[in-house]
Amino acid sequence: MISRRNLIIKRIPSRTENLLEVREFVGTAARSFGFSEEDIANIVLAVDEACTNIIKHAYQYANDREIEVTILPSQQSFEIRIFDNGKAFDPEALRPPNLKEHIGHHRRGGLGVYLMKRLMDKVEYSFNPGKKNEVRLIKYRSTSSVVSGR
Amino acid sequence: MTDFKIHQRDGEGVSVIELKGYLDAHTAPDLETAFQKLLTEKKYNIVVNCRDLSYISSAGLGVFMAYVEDIRKNKGDIKLTNMTPKVYNVFDLLGFPILYEIYKDEKEAIVRFNVLK
Repeated sequence: MISRRNLIIKRIPSRTENLLEVREFVGTAARSFGFSEEDIANIVLAVDEACTNIIKHAYQYANDREIEVTILPSQQSFEIRIFDNGKAFDPEALRPPNLKEHIGHHRRGGLGVYLMKRLMDKVEYSFNPGKKNEVRLIKYRSTSSVVSGR
Repeated sequence: MTDFKIHQRDGEGVSVIELKGYLDAHTAPDLETAFQKLLTEKKYNIVVNCRDLSYISSAGLGVFMAYVEDIRKNKGDIKLTNMTPKVYNVFDLLGFPILYEIYKDEKEAIVRFNVLK
């Protein structure tokens, strides 16, 4: 059960220039949760990838839409929920990246979804196009990854 | 606000571009411009020194992928050097070490180009 008072929320306009601010916001929260520097870097990158996907695909670079990043720390896990109200896309439709194929076709996208899976313990999506899409990124607290126990 | 800087040094037959700061979806177009300029100038032997690169996301890696084919078609290459472990980890997760030469030091990469001449 997640206590409402533990919620940390940030809303940003859908512009790539705001990615730095989101990374700092998530990094600070992950650090105070007690994660190792490696885990913090992985979480920050996964959130960056999720927000970048929203800006590119859900909002198609419209720069006046909103992205909401909510952090829900609990005893066992650190969960980030990222909301948008743009277009939905099916992450399962994306095949795992084949780098050779990417290079041959001058492709440069499709790596973010794969990276998020590799960086986090769990990645979940729910879609309600135009109303509310949600990406949930979860990292569990583990004894090996925690620097300072809380 | 610029969180990313590119500095180009041209040596004998090899161009070195130094990356500094944060390479993400916001700053990746700057790297793209740098590669386009190198292609226009027909400079195909490229070493990318990542010593001062603090951060990279897939948007940044995508730029390397978009240009390497054209560069290799012209008998050149993009060789990457001086990565911090944090930055290397991202390249590694996406399988870059199989398709790109990554060196600890810029000098090693330059030597490789000169050996292949």
